[in-house]
Amino acid sequence: MENPKTVKILKFHPEKCDGGLLCEKACSKVHFKSDEGDDRSAIRIIKDGKSYKMHVCDHRGLCMDMCPVGALKRKKNGIVWLDKDTCIGCQACVGFCPISAMRKSDARIEPFKCISCGACVRACPNGALELIEINIDEIKEIIYHKQGA
Amino acid sequence: MVEGQLSIEEYETGNTKHKWDYKKLKLAHRVVFEYNYKKGKVQAGYTNRTLYINLTTNEIKEKKVTEEMKEKFTGGRGFGLKLLWDSIKHTTRWNSDENELVITTGPLCGTTQYPGSGKSLCLTVSPSTDIICDSNVGGFFGPYLKFAGFDALEIQGKAKYDVVIVIDGEKGKVIIETAPLEETNTHHLNEQLTKMYASEDTDKSRQKVSVISSGKGAENSYWGCLNFSFYDIRRKVPRIKQAGRGGLGSVLRDKKIKAIVTKVEKVSGISNNPADPITLAKIGTKLHREVRDLDRYQCNMRAVGTAHLVEIMDEYDLLPTENYRFGNFPKASKIYSPEFYKHFTKIIPDGCWHGCTMACSKTVDGFTVMTGPYKGQKVTVDGPEYETVACGANMSIWDPLWILEFNFYCDTYGLDTISTGTAIAFYMEMYEYGILNKERCNNLELCFGNSEAVLELIHRIARGDDGEFINVASKGIRRVKNWLIKNGWGEPNIIEDCGMESKGLEYSEYVTKESLAMQGGYGLTLKGPQHDEAWLIFMDMVNNAIPTFKDKAEALHYFPMWRTWFGLNGLCKLPWNDIEPANNAETDDPTKVPEHVQNYVDYQKAMTGKKITKEDLILQSERCYNWQRAMNVWMGRGRRKDDWIPYRSMGPVTEMEYLSRKDRYDKYLAEKIGLFEKEIEKMNINEKMKLLYNFRQDQYQKLADAVYFRRGWTPNGVPTPQKMKQLGMNDHIMLKFLQDVIDKDDKAGLNVWGGKYRKGEEPPSIQPKYWEKW
Repeated sequence: MENPKTVKILKFHPEKCDGGLLCEKACSKVHFKSDEGDDRSAIRIIKDGKSYKMHVCDHRGLCMDMCPVGALKRKKNGIVWLDKDTCIGCQACVGFCPISAMRKSDARIEPFKCISCGACVRACPNGALELIEINIDEIKEIIYHKQGA
Repeated sequence: MVEGQLSIEEYETGNTKHKWDYKKLKLAHRVVFEYNYKKGKVQAGYTNRTLYINLTTNEIKEKKVTEEMKEKFTGGRGFGLKLLWDSIKHTTRWNSDENELVITTGPLCGTTQYPGSGKSLCLTVSPSTDIICDSNVGGFFGPYLKFAGFDALEIQGKAKYDVVIVIDGEKGKVIIETAPLEETNTHHLNEQLTKMYASEDTDKSRQKVSVISSGKGAENSYWGCLNFSFYDIRRKVPRIKQAGRGGLGSVLRDKKIKAIVTKVEKVSGISNNPADPITLAKIGTKLHREVRDLDRYQCNMRAVGTAHLVEIMDEYDLLPTENYRFGNFPKASKIYSPEFYKHFTKIIPDGCWHGCTMACSKTVDGFTVMTGPYKGQKVTVDGPEYETVACGANMSIWDPLWILEFNFYCDTYGLDTISTGTAIAFYMEMYEYGILNKERCNNLELCFGNSEAVLELIHRIARGDDGEFINVASKGIRRVKNWLIKNGWGEPNIIEDCGMESKGLEYSEYVTKESLAMQGGYGLTLKGPQHDEAWLIFMDMVNNAIPTFKDKAEALHYFPMWRTWFGLNGLCKLPWNDIEPANNAETDDPTKVPEHVQNYVDYQKAMTGKKITKEDLILQSERCYNWQRAMNVWMGRGRRKDDWIPYRSMGPVTEMEYLSRKDRYDKYLAEKIGLFEKEIEKMNINEKMKLLYNFRQDQYQKLADAVYFRRGWTPNGVPTPQKMKQLGMNDHIMLKFLQDVIDKDDKAGLNVWGGKYRKGEEPPSIQPKYWEKW
């Protein structure tokens, strides 16, 4: 299989965001079939002074090298995907994600993450979110565990 | 090997690939007996039953785990002790029919969220010590045994032919079948069995199989280890961890067990069915983050595993070199961890159980074997860990490749690297002194640094060579000491003092000469000289934090109890203090790592749902620790005389050792013994050595006095019935037995302190029979 070269990731336009959190609710629907948002959403919108910040996975893929059972892999479309059935719930990816974008909700032991499905983009009435295509090589990250590195 | 962000399929080790005729192997199997069981559910960490197999009588049955058993023995090693107490006699020896090999799990074993939660505890009557030896080990077997339905596996009796025991958690079936054609040595056998018993021909399926095996070396020595496999989906090899100490593999092969296989249907994050999975995940994730942020500044486990200790021990004069004569060596930098880092495969989650992000299980892949039956093959070498590297230092082998070769063959032959290395180092020293020579060593030139001779010795042990030396040497230091003395070769004192064994078991790899507390950490132990009960060198020698006998005794009470707790629960000790919270140094008691102790309180509570305090954890351990000591007494080896340690672990045996650290020892004579400088100048070296010898021997006896008292034992080291009752261990047979021993000791005048107390010094108690007032 040829490795994917690009991946779609979320881009946030804070100037258009009104803090309605419909994106989070839409995300909850995808992952948990509920519309609670909050801890059950892979995308989080956080108030930042008068504006807003987005906190979500950027598909750099560091977590793939953390998974002992190979539940995390890059799919054909480039996204980093967690296979819930293979996952053994160890939380290594949750603990090691450098931006804490691998989420864990109390609803189940397996974590969850952004899959670039676009549900949040469609849910935003103001067009504050967009999926953009980028080269994987530009974001890919591998960490060597050298002393003090 | 290419590294990082690869799909599982893309990893390649470069190892030699084997094609075996699996059909033929399988066809040669014959079912000897089998048993169907109802698959159960794990509840709050327990399956509430154990599996008993008797290979002599072809019996298989389930035993119930009662609430009382959980209360008193917690699980893991505690369960092992309980099952052995119910099954063996005080005369049982390693090769008696009724001796058992017990593999246990523990309530926290199999958790995936908290690093270091996959340990199995293995117990048996050891060929080296004639008492119970417990050894902990990683790999998937323990968790899988539990998920297949059992808290522990107990194997009694001996098979007539080589058998494989299969515990099939998918079908709910236990099958004992002959396995005549498979290899015995681990690296081939594991590959064959993992593939053979996996339900499908996929890596995912192979990852659900775990194998216990040993090897040809275990058949012909007392150093047999158990290899526990964990299939690596990236390297595509069953990797291994060892239950090394005490000859468990020799017992496995004596029972004619080629391997024990267990497989499971599914593993999930809640296979243990914890009472509170949400809290569990939170505690685990917190520790993952600590490892992520701090490991590279602390122990660097994720990069080089325990090998990071080599340079530290060398710097502090603690790396055993040339049979513990020295603690550092000019060539040592050749085997520092960066030299192994070069060879290690990187960017793979190297935990020996899922979710252990400490990931200390490193490998060298595609290693080209240099000698013996597998010469020229490319293999995966699991390790080396610190102890194995330090064995290299002890034998004066300073080449990483030869250490890897030693590591590989010990593993695949099923030999404990520690016992093998420590023993060969002793033989080498005897060779240097002419007590052994080429002729006496069946033509081996066993001088320090001769790696080829070391490997040749190991190959000959594995081949079952019938040379007299090979035969005795493979039984360990204690037997060789007796053999040398019987033959009248060399001074008995030198032989006794140089050979690093206690209770018949070889020492692990730390120089303890300047740390009295650590001498106790090796000598005042249950199974023999292994550092898993306490590691107090820095606290004692470097930081001088436990200066008095009472302080040292407190440490030799608390830490052995604390560390025992890991073994009761199926946990690894490393994530307790080989990673520390950033603010640990500012806490009240940094050596205990208070935040992590609290983690474990919360962890056990989240699993079992029972209310627990940190004092309860120590109580759980104290029950089992005292029980095991009492069983040692029962088997004839649990008193002061049995806690003897060789003088090499206390001070300089030879002039060379004294002279190599002359300033240190002269200063010691002045500061600790109170000699004047002029007096020291006038003395010759033999006089100084003798003075030091007597003083340090007495110090050790005084330490034993203080420790026995602190632990609630008699001055002869026997746990008192009063103490046992306080702990809730009320087995009347045991209590009566202990009382009888104490009465006999009393008549023989043995209930007296061992130290010589001068004016101004006091033994721990001046009351005779102080325990009766408790």
